[in-house]
Amino acid sequence: MPATTGPREVLSADDIRRALTRIAHEIVERNHGTEGLVLVGLQRGGVWIATELAGFLAGIEQAVPVGSLDVSFHRDDVGLRPIVPGHVTSIPVSLDGRTVVLVDDVLYTGRTVRAALEALNEYGRPHAVQLAVIIDRGHRQLPIRPDYVGKNLPTAGDEDVQVSPDGVVIA
Amino acid sequence: MKHLLSIADLSGSDIHGLLELTDHMAEISQRLIPKVPALRGKNVVSLFFEDSTRTRTSFDTAAKRLSADTMNFAVSSSSVNKGESLRDTIETISAMGVDAFVVRHKSSGAPQMITRWTTASVVNAGDGWHQHPTQALLDCYTIRTNLNRRDGFDGLHIAVVGDIKHSRVARSDVQAFAALGAHVTLVAPPTLLPPSLEGWPVDVSYDLDSVLPDLDVLYLLRVQRERMDDALLPSLREYSSMYGLTAARAARLSPQALVMHPGPMNRGVEMVVDPAELAGSVILDQVTNGVAVRMAVLFHLLGSGADLKGDAP
Repeated sequence: MPATTGPREVLSADDIRRALTRIAHEIVERNHGTEGLVLVGLQRGGVWIATELAGFLAGIEQAVPVGSLDVSFHRDDVGLRPIVPGHVTSIPVSLDGRTVVLVDDVLYTGRTVRAALEALNEYGRPHAVQLAVIIDRGHRQLPIRPDYVGKNLPTAGDEDVQVSPDGVVIA
Repeated sequence: MKHLLSIADLSGSDIHGLLELTDHMAEISQRLIPKVPALRGKNVVSLFFEDSTRTRTSFDTAAKRLSADTMNFAVSSSSVNKGESLRDTIETISAMGVDAFVVRHKSSGAPQMITRWTTASVVNAGDGWHQHPTQALLDCYTIRTNLNRRDGFDGLHIAVVGDIKHSRVARSDVQAFAALGAHVTLVAPPTLLPPSLEGWPVDVSYDLDSVLPDLDVLYLLRVQRERMDDALLPSLREYSSMYGLTAARAARLSPQALVMHPGPMNRGVEMVVDPAELAGSVILDQVTNGVAVRMAVLFHLLGSGADLKGDAP
């Protein structure tokens, strides 16, 4: 149990930038370049991260398209969470034959990613799907694992992990 | 929200919330495979006691895109012909396990009655002269997207032209347009206006030509030919010359103005010019948006579990 009370910063804004730089290089290395890649940020927390990551990728290799995905209608708990207006899916290219890198802020139970995998099928048949997250906090309920991780962060189930461009905070 | 019976039950922010949800549904409709599992296992039954092609198929398509099961109750081949009452029909079908009824009926208030006999949600798909709420929502969505008015209709001038008196579309649309802040003018011969307009948030004009140049939206209603028998109109030709959209009238519209019609259209009566040649015609957009709006309504009633802000009890 953490001894401190109140919110506690685990990554600073600079740490996030460094992690994303590293992940960008890992993506390029693993896929032998960026050809055929597309980044898809999960609404809402993953969208800004996908955009940032695309910026780093463009600094290394050829730029890649970026989309966003709202998985609300694919969730197994649909109805328990309100739909957030204005955060609509936008997939700019056909996914047929491409390698999709799903991007999210926190990987927790894996249920969002499961919903995202199902939603992606409606846009075509990707060659492969990879997963990049800033924080892997454990507590998986499905057989899902990330390909690129900013930081592995063991947490208690009742803690709240908040990721923003300013840093990562546990509350 | 449990039922959608009338626009009058919705506040401006309720309407706004449904239109925002419709954005998500419109995106689903553009996917390679336009189907999501959100309403898997829900059973939606259409009960149309009055003829309809577009509303019925639109609701059917909407339910299927959300993976609901759909059942069409064909009144013409049902026990209604053996004298079964509306109540018995509803109770019988409800007993099979129904999550929503989509109801069209010639009698105003029939959907409201049905809510007493079932635990399912009821969506009014048109009742008599009273209401057709999803038509009003799809019309609002069409204006919102085509004129880029996401935040409301403040300052928009909309004319609704034609048989206001017998029109559930007019009643629903006027309430919805006004709730979003538009200025609405009714244009019709006196015989086709309701006897009293008390409580209607509108202006009235008998002269289409005088309001034309000022409009952002021209909304033409269908002339119901059966009204001719009631001697409310001297002739279709006279109606057409006074209130029909001719090429000359279309030329006097502002270039940005939208022309709308709920269908089915009477070509040569209210619509004299070919709408395919009207730059501002969004009549097919209305049909497309109808599916997305009905997806939003069904999802809101059956799937979202979340109440819109300011939800009516």
